[in-house]
Amino acid sequence: MSESVKAKKNSTAGNTPEAAEETGSSAVDRAKSEAALPALGIKGMLRWSWTQLTSMRTALFLLLMLAVGAVPGSLFPQRAANAAIVTQYIKDRPTIGPIMDAVQLFDVYSSAWFSAIYILLFISLIGCVTPRAIAHYKALRSKPPRTPKRLSRLPEYGTLVLPADAGIPASKAITDAAGLLKKRGYRVDIRDADGALPSVGAERGLIKEVGNLVFHTALIGVLVSVAVGGLFGYSGQRILVEGDTFVNTLVGYDQFTPGSNFQSGWLQPYSVQLNSFQATFDHETPGKFGQPIDYTAEVTTKESPDAPAQKQVLKVNDPLSLGGTNIYLTGNGYAPMVTVRDGQGNIALQGPVVAKVQGANYYSSVVIKVPDAKPDQLGFVGFFLPTAFATQDGVSFSGDPELLNPQLNLNSFYGDLGLDKGVPQNVFELNVGNLKPLNGRNLPNKAITLTPGHTVTLPDGKGSITFDGVRKYVGLDVHNNPGQLYALIFGLLAVAGLVTSLYVNRRRVWVRTGTHEDGRTMVEYGLLARGEDHRLAGEAAALRELFAREWNVAGEPDTTSPVNPDAPNAVSSSTTKDQ
Amino acid sequence: MPVINETLGQYSELFMLLAASTYTVAFIAFAWDLAKSSKALRAIDLKAAATAEAERVPVAAGRAALAGPDAGGPAGRAERPTSGVTVEGGTAAGDMRYTAARRVPARVAVALTVLGALIHAAGVLTRAFGAGRVPWGNMYEFLTTGAFVAIAVFLVVLIRRDLRFLGTFVVGLAIIMLVAASIAFWTPVGHLVPALQSYWLIIHVSIAVLSSALFTLTFAMSALQLVQSHRQKSLAAGRPDKLGFMRLVPNALSLENLSYRINAVAFVGWTFTLMFGAIWAEKAWGRFWGWDPKEVWTFVIWVVYAGYLHARATRGWTGTRAAWLSIIGYACVIVNFTLVNTVLNGLHSYSGL
Ligand code: HEM
Repeated sequence: MSESVKAKKNSTAGNTPEAAEETGSSAVDRAKSEAALPALGIKGMLRWSWTQLTSMRTALFLLLMLAVGAVPGSLFPQRAANAAIVTQYIKDRPTIGPIMDAVQLFDVYSSAWFSAIYILLFISLIGCVTPRAIAHYKALRSKPPRTPKRLSRLPEYGTLVLPADAGIPASKAITDAAGLLKKRGYRVDIRDADGALPSVGAERGLIKEVGNLVFHTALIGVLVSVAVGGLFGYSGQRILVEGDTFVNTLVGYDQFTPGSNFQSGWLQPYSVQLNSFQATFDHETPGKFGQPIDYTAEVTTKESPDAPAQKQVLKVNDPLSLGGTNIYLTGNGYAPMVTVRDGQGNIALQGPVVAKVQGANYYSSVVIKVPDAKPDQLGFVGFFLPTAFATQDGVSFSGDPELLNPQLNLNSFYGDLGLDKGVPQNVFELNVGNLKPLNGRNLPNKAITLTPGHTVTLPDGKGSITFDGVRKYVGLDVHNNPGQLYALIFGLLAVAGLVTSLYVNRRRVWVRTGTHEDGRTMVEYGLLARGEDHRLAGEAAALRELFAREWNVAGEPDTTSPVNPDAPNAVSSSTTKDQ
Repeated sequence: MPVINETLGQYSELFMLLAASTYTVAFIAFAWDLAKSSKALRAIDLKAAATAEAERVPVAAGRAALAGPDAGGPAGRAERPTSGVTVEGGTAAGDMRYTAARRVPARVAVALTVLGALIHAAGVLTRAFGAGRVPWGNMYEFLTTGAFVAIAVFLVVLIRRDLRFLGTFVVGLAIIMLVAASIAFWTPVGHLVPALQSYWLIIHVSIAVLSSALFTLTFAMSALQLVQSHRQKSLAAGRPDKLGFMRLVPNALSLENLSYRINAVAFVGWTFTLMFGAIWAEKAWGRFWGWDPKEVWTFVIWVVYAGYLHARATRGWTGTRAAWLSIIGYACVIVNFTLVNTVLNGLHSYSGL
């Protein structure tokens, strides 16, 4: 055979399959490189490393490393997902925490070592695909390989005999065979057409290798697309209370994560107004009480400030598309409406306060900061319950996610909120260090308990707080990822390549004909697969039938010896050695 | 919103229990078949050894000559017995086709498995109708439906190939899954949370379950391949056969070849699982990839099986090592289903726990 062929050998014991080929040339390269190991100059060293890096064994090793390397990211909290949890995690483990941080166990997917693995893998991939692509391009343009001397050695082999009176000479038989093979999708090449032993070499399934190359190249495409998304994309979050409007500008976001190349001019100033939000909860199914069944947000959108308003519905799994971004419904909760009057009797704060969901049935925490209150700033911390219940020991909980018995429970403080120093603060936390308590569970002035429509006056003439009602809010995520579409396209290409590569069979067929002394035309044929091909025998049978029909001879295996005088006589009949 | 029908849900649970009981009897029958058939095969072997010794030698020699030292035996050229003899070199026929040999316990076992599968199907269907949606929205449903798919895939493959030697394994696993579902992960019929209300649930999860079922088959075959290859080596070295029941199991190479073919299908399935998961994640959360624990493990599984496919094309990595990769891949599938759904918290906290 003219080139190395992927093959499996059975030892006589019939077990351990021997190794298959590497890619033809790389196997040779590797052998060369291994032989040349001792005396290497810099150039040789580089070439040696390159050959090593692009070897199949390295690819396998790097693949397995990639799998192993990805695992810690699922075991330890990741900064990219939730930085606060990571900070707490390190705080809880003063010795091991910082060490874990130093080896980037909390930033696995952007870590130096994980990047090293996949960058090496992709360099290896490029180094692997390029020469293969060149080699395959040449193979596509060259003729099917020359006819082996002994067809009988091929895994599928058979003979046919055309009787002398059929009047089909060897040369005609070979052109017939070539025609049949061509019709069956083979590339054919006739050799020695007028010689004593004309033959045809045929090959099909070269697209298998194309599939493999497309698959691997598409993987590079996916990686590049992801990188593009990271460079040019952006994302942000915004909490929107019923009635409020979000405008897509930097100040419109509560939190904004730009890609490394992001420019704020890219934001198209569309607007989204939340008209209403409905949540439906399960009240029937036993064991699932309070489980959400549906979230629906009714919004009014405008593509730009002067564009016509449009009513739209936003649901989970059904984002809005606006101004090159997608807008997702990712959270929701209650926002109690309060009015706070200060010690001078003026309204210091009025409006919704976003309550952060903490526990079952929308048990939510509330923080109210009133920096405008005079003479003293006021602060409130507590919780909001949509359906308030209390245990006998006075522990409050929410018995239902719906607003059946809404209640605000607050402790109050006065003093300096610390907002004037310009240090950014978390709106969901109140730093009570510099504040003096007014109301509290363990104070003479008990904690404030408010139901809608009611007002509580603060002690010492510090003012009052009124619970006006409850609105709902939604959490919106806004994403723009310009790499996404390309990632999808490359992903689909990869699948197409993969399927082609796995399910197209690359086969070679050779047919040789000759004339026997008694005038009969002898035909022998052999099939060979490159790579795994469990249907080779089926193909052999199909070809045999085609030939038999063409020449009108019996399709059954016969027992004539092969045309080729070199062939061992031991193999006499059409052998179906595989299935 | 569909109406929840609790009566149907209760029927479903009853069907699941009935199916598990039927499988248990089938399991016993499969085990009985293993014991009985390997004994029978041993007897045939001994007899054949006495009479056919003389005839067999030249045949074997002929084959060896045919393969030749340099021919590099072409792909898949496993030696196959041409007669009805099922045992060669202490292993069953490599092509895993049915032979004329009657194995009554095996037939009983398969019949019972079919019966179990019918009851099981009723269980899955009543669950689906009870909830008015696809029956894979929480751990209980993944397990019960997954077990059904594993059995169904096994039975479908059985039509073409004699894989009855895998029966104890597959049926045993289905029993474990059903029991685990009923005891550890029991969840009443209910609605889906909004995050799961998407047609992607139907596409993504069904392909994931189907691929996992195929991985289950190949896991069993790879495990048997390791045992068989060990056994074949020790037989070749002339040591006594300590694993007689493995006579019923085809030789290591045939196991490897068939499990490769199944793994290739399952790998394509898993590639779709990964991609559809990414598309769904984009729809639901606005990013197609975020290294959420579930995503991480789906990716790890994909990469391990890609490694397996590479191993099959790498010198020195076929055979035993490839089998180990297939086993590791399956271990990752298990981790992805158990640990990731219960211990490692991520966005995919839909497990209904
Ligand atoms: C991102 C990493 C990679 C992945 C996920 C991957 C995946 C795969 C898969 C799934 C296959 C089997 C399907 C097919 O034949 O097309 C395959 C085959 C192959 N891969 Fe990769 N691969 C990767 C990197 C590489 C690298 C770095 C090399 C070269 C050193 C390489 C060389 C090959 C070769 C030669 C085959 C054909 C094997 C055969 O003949 O069956 N791959 N790869």
